[in-house]
Amino acid sequence: MKVLVCISHVPDTTAKINFKDNAFDTSGVQFVINPYDEFSLTRAMWIKEKQGGTVTVVNVGDASTEPTIRKALAIGADSAIRIDAQPTDGFYVASQIAKIAKEGAYDIILCGQESIDYNGGQVPGLIAGLLDLPFVNACVGLEIDGGNATAIREIDGGKETVSCSLPMVIGGKKGLVEESDLRIPNMRGIMTARTKPLEVVAASDAETRTKATSFEKPAPKAAVKLIDKDNVEELVNLLHSEAKVI
Amino acid sequence: MSVLVFVESWEGKFKKASFEAVGYASHIAQQLGTSTTAVVIGDMADDASVLGNYGAQKVINAKGQGLTHFNAKSYSETIAEIASAEGANVIVLSGSFNGKSIQSLVSIKTNSSLITNAVALPTSVSPMTVRRGSFSSKAFATYEASQEKVVIAITPNSVGVTSSGSDSASVESFESSATANTEQKSIDKVQGKIPLPEAELVVSAGRGLKGPENWTLIEELAELLGAGTACSKPVSDIGWRPHTEHVGQTGIAIRPNLYIAIGISGAIQHLAGVSNSKTIVVINNDPEAPFFKAADYGIVGDAFEVVPKLTEAIRNFKANN
Repeated sequence: MKVLVCISHVPDTTAKINFKDNAFDTSGVQFVINPYDEFSLTRAMWIKEKQGGTVTVVNVGDASTEPTIRKALAIGADSAIRIDAQPTDGFYVASQIAKIAKEGAYDIILCGQESIDYNGGQVPGLIAGLLDLPFVNACVGLEIDGGNATAIREIDGGKETVSCSLPMVIGGKKGLVEESDLRIPNMRGIMTARTKPLEVVAASDAETRTKATSFEKPAPKAAVKLIDKDNVEELVNLLHSEAKVI
Repeated sequence: MSVLVFVESWEGKFKKASFEAVGYASHIAQQLGTSTTAVVIGDMADDASVLGNYGAQKVINAKGQGLTHFNAKSYSETIAEIASAEGANVIVLSGSFNGKSIQSLVSIKTNSSLITNAVALPTSVSPMTVRRGSFSSKAFATYEASQEKVVIAITPNSVGVTSSGSDSASVESFESSATANTEQKSIDKVQGKIPLPEAELVVSAGRGLKGPENWTLIEELAELLGAGTACSKPVSDIGWRPHTEHVGQTGIAIRPNLYIAIGISGAIQHLAGVSNSKTIVVINNDPEAPFFKAADYGIVGDAFEVVPKLTEAIRNFKANN
């Protein structure tokens, strides 16, 4: 079983988000593996441990993403590919990954359903579309049996279980594994990660189909209006006459 | 040529988020001087012509062997086929679970630029320029499409529903030859609950509720308001509430008109999923809870004391209004 896990290099959840020259200002920002991708990575490790095979992680980025890639190797991936390019938009990134995925003949391509920075939620479906593979998004459960997969996805008010043949593409999230199942690199993992193969490949030609023209932060909130706990009627009045939400 | 919009149903009725999407599409159609065509896939329990109220001139009802259950490939191929037949350059859909599953595939099959997470009407239709949510509620970005063809996925409850109240749309049927590449095994669904991503009002609770048995307080308040129920991550992690109710980073991101957070401290991961709510009420016994900084209204007090009083006050309000 050849498993490909797509890893995005994103600012840590607690990072302050600032913009400079209409682009994200990375100075002083700590980067991590995209949290959604971590669920997929751990699920990939389980597939490897149960079915046998290899786990490869892939990232589209410049050399600054390598510590994040090494972390995925320390968690347990066998090898990594960095496609050496600036990720300009979802279509560009998906085109790069689709090419690698096709050449590598992977049985399953696991992504997180979205990245916590640009929140496009585009790349997994774009890869599936480019390669014409079955796609399950918001995936919260996955079992592999030979050449078939059973996947659970979130739907309005519940879950749907579907089956398909491999290869396929998953847009994963929590539930694929639980938060408590996520693996943290141990010292041995960190040491072995240094010697695991990290192949850097040149980007292929691909279009960029959207352009971010500006970024802005939400307007700061006015100070909270505190209401006495013995006067909840006041809150009801404010929600009706001021906020106009009830 | 027309602007195409994908319309979904839920429990036999068109979804409110789909009415919102039809209005969004109709706004673009007016800018482009063209009409709006809604695509409904599968059986229509509802009267399709009502989509005219929200701005559609025509409804195309697609059916086919590959469309008996939701499948990302067959649904997106069908939408792409209809877009081609209608000469549509712009396709609008709601960022629902199904919408997010097909948005990318529709863009590939129609060779379009894809703008997701849209939170406002386009500021320009040529080139298509749209404001969208970014950095997990910490920023907004404006994106411009490079292609002439564009797929726009809008965040539910971001522009609201507008209805003319009287217009009706013509209905045509369409036979799709698209085939599915997944097979449905089972569905496990809670009936009658409002889907969280499109709920206008949401009542949410955290560990401050002390145990799952106390959620009757939350459900009672939610039912009275006609609100969806949600919870914090720790609560879904320890199994007090299902994962489907977890809002925040790694859960569901929502932007209701009113978000009432009870016994939730307001960790940054939680705020990432809810801070774009239009009005936030925080009820917490800890005056230092960080959530108060992100709130519009706050009550410092014990949930077990405040929530029953609030429920009562709302019941009285509803009785008199």
